[in-house]
Amino acid sequence: MDDDSVFRALADASRRLLLDRLHERNGQTLGDLCQGMEMSRQAVTKHLAILEEANLVSARRSGREKLHFINPVPINSIAERWIGKFDQPRLTALSALKQALEDKQDD
Amino acid sequence: MTDGKSSFVYVTFIKTTPDRLWAALTTPEFMRVYWFGVNIETDWKAGSDWTMVHGDGRVTDAGKVVECDPPRRIVLDWTHQMNPELAAEGASQCIIELEPLDGAVKLTILHTMQRGDSKLIGAVSGGWPRILSNLKSYLETGEAILS
Repeated sequence: MDDDSVFRALADASRRLLLDRLHERNGQTLGDLCQGMEMSRQAVTKHLAILEEANLVSARRSGREKLHFINPVPINSIAERWIGKFDQPRLTALSALKQALEDKQDD
Repeated sequence: MTDGKSSFVYVTFIKTTPDRLWAALTTPEFMRVYWFGVNIETDWKAGSDWTMVHGDGRVTDAGKVVECDPPRRIVLDWTHQMNPELAAEGASQCIIELEPLDGAVKLTILHTMQRGDSKLIGAVSGGWPRILSNLKSYLETGEAILS
């Protein structure tokens, strides 16, 4: 549950993709998460276990299903540790500007 | 699948006891310290009303206490009161669970609205992580980080 396990969990593109998918739609089963992923069910299971170990994903039973939820608390703690004292509105404005400029480049 | 349902889950591990965490969650003097001046006014009994009162007296959210089992579990039904669009979504459900685990307490907050793309769930989702980081810091170090 320490920062090391959070950073280790985040240091993998497949695991970040799984977090992106849960961020897009929260509360998915293993089957939902496997859809459209270019890896085996076992690999997805392994990545989810590492994300759960780091407390970045929380699994809950709902009837017969096990649903996975993104847990934003550890990332928020990391953000507060280093970013909180800087001007949050300005950082938000900067990241919005970066996104707008980069979107334009894609056109 | 969870179509037609919006849920957020927040989990944090706090080095404290279930009794201290329970007191921090249900006592106004504690609550104001980590919850940005907010207080939940209720007697914490099943069937009772609760209201969320801000420092300036505004009531933004309210509902009923559905379950209250100290120091383990609280279930609230939760309706927003101020913004008409959020209020129109009706009641959401907030489950708060405390589990002792290796000298710490696992605190889980599950907030669910029985409809897809709930704006209320979107609105509370930005708030909970900051409140929980503050609560953890307060219980582990005696100080809230943000005010």
